[in-house]
Amino acid sequence: MALLEASNLHAAYGQTRVLHGISFSMEEGTITTLLGANGAGKTTTLRALCGMVRTEGKMRFGGQRIDGRATEDIVRMGIAHVPDGRGTFANLTTEENLRLGAYTRQDRAAVETDLERVYGYFPRLRERRAQQAGTLSGGEQQMLAVSRALMLRPKLMLLDEPSFGLAPLIVKELFGILRTVNEKEHVSMLVVEQNAAMALDLADHAYLIETGRVVLSGSSDDIRKDDAVRRSYLGY
Amino acid sequence: MDALLHQVLAGLATGGIYASVALALVMIYQATHHVNFAQGELAMFSTYIAWSLINAGMPYWAAFFLTVAFSFVLGVVIERVVIRPVENSPVLSVVVVFIALLVILNSVTGWIYTFTIKTFPSPFPEQPLFGNKYMSSHEIGAICITMVVLLLLYGFFRFTPLGLAMRAAAQNPESSRLVGIRVGWILALGWGLAAAIGAVAGMMVAPIVFLDPNMMGGVLLYAFAAALVGGIDSPGGAVFGGFLVGVLENVLGAFVIGNELKLAVALVLIIGVLTVRPSGFFGKVHVTRV
Repeated sequence: MALLEASNLHAAYGQTRVLHGISFSMEEGTITTLLGANGAGKTTTLRALCGMVRTEGKMRFGGQRIDGRATEDIVRMGIAHVPDGRGTFANLTTEENLRLGAYTRQDRAAVETDLERVYGYFPRLRERRAQQAGTLSGGEQQMLAVSRALMLRPKLMLLDEPSFGLAPLIVKELFGILRTVNEKEHVSMLVVEQNAAMALDLADHAYLIETGRVVLSGSSDDIRKDDAVRRSYLGY
Repeated sequence: MDALLHQVLAGLATGGIYASVALALVMIYQATHHVNFAQGELAMFSTYIAWSLINAGMPYWAAFFLTVAFSFVLGVVIERVVIRPVENSPVLSVVVVFIALLVILNSVTGWIYTFTIKTFPSPFPEQPLFGNKYMSSHEIGAICITMVVLLLLYGFFRFTPLGLAMRAAAQNPESSRLVGIRVGWILALGWGLAAAIGAVAGMMVAPIVFLDPNMMGGVLLYAFAAALVGGIDSPGGAVFGGFLVGVLENVLGAFVIGNELKLAVALVLIIGVLTVRPSGFFGKVHVTRV
């Protein structure tokens, strides 16, 4: 059974229709990426999965319907969203940001171990634990956003452009950690990226989205070999 | 010198009450960016509830805590039933709702209890504590109660997960939803807390100004001034502002402008702060790119 399944998703902002019947699915434990140019509907798809935009169509997570549910309830099912713009609580400290990630959890002791675990992944955050999160650099805030999502102990992470605005070295480090998390903790990931080369290296499967529709899908290797993708998105 | 000291101390006592009401205003402002004009009437209504309970023979402190609990529930219910439907409306609609609440609470109280002024008991002894000649027991008690309320609130916001969630929801509702915080209920909780704080303030001020449906009019104005002086989005600032306004009002009223013009101090402060330093002493300056 697929972990996540979306069929025939439609969404609109006011009069402007953004998704025109997107369908995709992903298996548990895998990393899937949605590729596409600006305005293709990638971010909207992620927001739709979290109940942050009104949609038509069916969405299933672990076999349960999630369309029409409130964001808070979807999060409680184990979907953590690393949003576009990082969603930092700017006036709270780094550690408070992380603790908020575990807000819905009852296992206090495990939360403390998880805090140490994410500090292990991102030692920079430990150094900045008492600092106001709004004063962190862009890269640090992205690490914080990923860590906050991990604090939920999610089954599925939705990552919206994790590489956006980061220096290439930091992107490499971040993607390395994402891979580790996926392999060691079996967290499934749905990654939206404009940096197609990086995303295809990370992901097992890819969907190519153009103007709110899936136009191509397959394993990352197959997609990478596709001539049209190579010319338009990989640039060689 | 003695007279001045007396006025300053008395100012601190009422200042604590202004600080509480200012804090209630700031709490709702932080979460919704609206100033709740009905905050004072809500406190007044709560105080009448306490009066009824005490008159029915309930011991003071039992009535006190029952009133605080009742006010909390009342605040939550008002948010759910009255404020929720206009949550995303333009600011003027919300203001009209607040004013309607103010008028309704005021008239309903007058209708139930009549507009005749009543005395409200103080839980503190009539003789001054420790034989001091500067402050009455009630003034000292009111300051202590205010301090306890402020400390409890500080502890709640600083050290509990729910307090953290409230701070988070106030500054970033969307991210809050993404970590699973039920933002709608957090707003209702904020209203409940504000109403509970207001109830304490009402019960502390009633023995001084006497109980009548219009008793909080002046207090609310001073609390506005306090919140603005401190910075409308700063809880610590609101407390500081409350004490400052209390002392200023008392000292200026006694020695400079006379009691009749006391309320003008609040108005001058409001206008002065808004023109000279709109963010107050401790508030953040918000800059928007255009």
